Amino acid sequence: MNAILEFLTAPASVAILIEVGKGLVILFGMVIVAALLIWIERRLLGLWQDRYGPNRVGPFGSLQVVADMVKIFFKEDWIPPFVDKPTFIMAPMIAMGTLMLAFMLIPITPTWGVAPDLSIGVLFFFAIAGLEVYAVMLGGWSSNSKYSLLGGLRSAAQMVSYEVFMGLALMGVVMQTGSFALSDIVAAQKDVWFIVPQFFGFCTFALAGIAVVHRHPFDLPEAEQELAAGYHTEYSGMKFGMFMVAEYIGVVLISSLLVTLFFGGWQGPVLPPVVWFILKTAFFVVLFILLRAALPRPRYDQVMGGGWKFCLPLAVLNLLGTAAFVLSNP
Amino acid sequence: MADDAPRNPNILPPVVLPPVVRELFDRFGEQHLVYQQSKDDAPTVWVPLELRDPVLVFLKHHVPKPYKMLLDFHAVDERMRRHRHGLPPSDFTLFYHLLSIDRNSDVRIKVALLGEFPVVKSITNIYANANWYERETWDLFGIQFEGHPNLQRIVLPRYWKGHPLRKEYPARATEFDPYLLTAGRQDEEQNALRFNPEEWGMKRSEKDHDYMFLNLGPNHPSAHGAFRIVLQLDGEEIVDCVPDIGYHHRGAEKMAERQSWHTFIPYTDRIDYLGGVMNNLPYVLAVERLAGIKVPARVDTIRIMMGEFFRITSHLLFLGTFIQDVGAMTPIFFMFTDRQKAYDVIEAITGFRMHPAWYRIGGVAHDLPQGWDRKVKEFLDWFPKRLDEYQRAALDNAILRKRTKNVAQYNTAEAVEWGITGPGLRATGLDYDLRKKRPYSGYENFEFDVPLGKNGDAFDRAMVRIDEMRESCKIIRQCLSHMPAGPYKADHPLTCPPPKDRTLKDIETLITHFLGVSWGPVMPPNESCQLIEATKGINSYYLTSDGSTMSYRTRIRTPSFAHLQAIPYIIKGAQIPDLIMLLATIDFVMADVDR
Repeated sequence: MNAILEFLTAPASVAILIEVGKGLVILFGMVIVAALLIWIERRLLGLWQDRYGPNRVGPFGSLQVVADMVKIFFKEDWIPPFVDKPTFIMAPMIAMGTLMLAFMLIPITPTWGVAPDLSIGVLFFFAIAGLEVYAVMLGGWSSNSKYSLLGGLRSAAQMVSYEVFMGLALMGVVMQTGSFALSDIVAAQKDVWFIVPQFFGFCTFALAGIAVVHRHPFDLPEAEQELAAGYHTEYSGMKFGMFMVAEYIGVVLISSLLVTLFFGGWQGPVLPPVVWFILKTAFFVVLFILLRAALPRPRYDQVMGGGWKFCLPLAVLNLLGTAAFVLSNP
Repeated sequence: MADDAPRNPNILPPVVLPPVVRELFDRFGEQHLVYQQSKDDAPTVWVPLELRDPVLVFLKHHVPKPYKMLLDFHAVDERMRRHRHGLPPSDFTLFYHLLSIDRNSDVRIKVALLGEFPVVKSITNIYANANWYERETWDLFGIQFEGHPNLQRIVLPRYWKGHPLRKEYPARATEFDPYLLTAGRQDEEQNALRFNPEEWGMKRSEKDHDYMFLNLGPNHPSAHGAFRIVLQLDGEEIVDCVPDIGYHHRGAEKMAERQSWHTFIPYTDRIDYLGGVMNNLPYVLAVERLAGIKVPARVDTIRIMMGEFFRITSHLLFLGTFIQDVGAMTPIFFMFTDRQKAYDVIEAITGFRMHPAWYRIGGVAHDLPQGWDRKVKEFLDWFPKRLDEYQRAALDNAILRKRTKNVAQYNTAEAVEWGITGPGLRATGLDYDLRKKRPYSGYENFEFDVPLGKNGDAFDRAMVRIDEMRESCKIIRQCLSHMPAGPYKADHPLTCPPPKDRTLKDIETLITHFLGVSWGPVMPPNESCQLIEATKGINSYYLTSDGSTMSYRTRIRTPSFAHLQAIPYIIKGAQIPDLIMLLATIDFVMADVDR
């Protein structure tokens, strides 16, 4: 008994426990924020569309999410008889799990963050983004329904083409920093944010980011007007809920990555780092929602064309330009 | 009334023959054809069955300024008709309503058929769009068409027994057994909906790949109602498709045969349920032609004003759903706000919003209320600014333009071949608007332009409708500043409800009024037809009166029916998102298709 107590109170163990505690706080904080985003998005859309949005449950309708979650938890978790069961169950887990895993890379403040110093940080994110496609693909394939299949197909094609230049878009940042670790990248933006030297990198990464989390206008895998609900047509109850929360986790993730990689992360005058981080991230989250309110959706082949014919060359040019700059200013 | 009885054509002096009848007489011999006088502008010629195909080919290809469009085609069950003096004997009559754009006139070719279940040759080889009309005629009358590609029921489900527009088929629910849906019957009904590609001449697979058959609808977010279209897909490319309609069929034409002339008006509201009183217009105009009523100028102007209001609300809903189908979710909410403003005016004037059923035979239901001008003016001050904003925010958007330019395109000749009318026809650049070409209800007194497109693509169809809303505002503004004074109902014994002011003064008026209200007016036996430029294209009511309080046959020609039939032709080879654009810019409502 004593030995266990001693082990637990040893400075190294305490440090580990604190880190685990922080990790849990970040994890749950993020899931809660993602769920809250559902309400925020609906309220903001309401604001822009001359209507109220959910305003009945709790102050300003803020408890709508709780009500929705309660409902979705108690809903029958129905699995259609014609689906491929294991894959069908796995898909929403992958969707939510992978994106949450990627969030560990983000340095929220100088001291908060699960693994901001991970030496392969940016690469790890690419790996996660690569896995994310499986959620949609498997979800679409295992549903055994035609609309889901088309959604899955679109998603696979879209992700494959957008991941190509998503990697290239970030290489400029990596080159200027000289490190893949996200904490180093934030530190390197002490004087000037990377949005200035890496403007084209920012543009292409932002587009690719939207495409990877398939938010509007790149939500072709679930384009309602064409494919009903696309890859998650057959899902209901909590599994559908997981896809939905995963989408919002994706929004938070991409927003915080944009902040970390191009807008100096937590850095900023006067206010404490965590406030800066939250403010900057919130800005991009709102931007995501505004995009959804404002834009029509391009056609599937136009999205692909835009990726290969416009974004890819732009990312490559940006990469070459940065390389030339880094080489000439050692 | 003797004046209205159909006369023997042989005693008519030949000078009054319309040119097309003269041409037909010259070509096919007067002795084979019968010219029938009706109360409308379309000359009617009876043609023997064996001469039908040559006559149609002659009219479509060989006359100068040919009749390229098969506007309407259906049948009449003549077995119970009493007033048909001078007409060839017939049990079932097919009528082909042809339209010549160049001449700006029509001709109606009638073919008499004898026997209980006649069999005739299909004319799909002459007019491609006869296909669905022949299916509907088979469905509702039991007339078979030999050589038709796939003569299936179209508006009724396949398991249906009987052909409802035949006179022996009952018209009231009380004449049927109560409806029962057993498990067995449910299975049967579901099986009847199963799609069988071979039946439509489609292959399930090629040498190296299979096709996917995607069932789009009848519950699909972009199907705009209970509409189903089965797609044969190669990836996302549409190889072929089969539209399936009938989920919204209510039998409006059958209902017309058991409602009095007056009580059928509310049914017309629900044909194109976005068109409101615009639907009343062709019906009451056709009845007024039968009755010989000439309405006062105030009535015409009120009707035009309210009709244009509904054109605006219908086009607004089109615009909102169209932009939403492109993927932009916001504009539709703004447009619903605008529609509410328009409905406020409509409600203040008619007392109802969507389906006012407000026009009457010989007038409108009541006079304009006090202060109507203020409400109308408020709307005119509000709306055009918003329209400009929508155009800037949505139609000028690069993504939207890329999605819709050169998408779902067809040219004028194709549009005419498939019977496409309205904005879909004008988007191809053809200036054909009945309000200008054949002014009815006093449209000749208004100044407005007819918006035209160039490319006949989805974008042009949307732009034409936006511009039409501006023109509608212009027309409403002229109604506002030049509303004539006078009565809101014609002084005629057949108006309905009949004029009442002198009923208590002399017995004859009282009797007429009593009969007109209790039985409804008796329309003189004849036929009449009125075409109007409705919100979605040419809408017409072709009425046959047999001298009774009810219509003998009411044929409702709706634009959406023809438009849907053209879908496979237009969309082959395109992708699913393009199909969605086509569906959105056709701007159909299923009630208008299925009636």
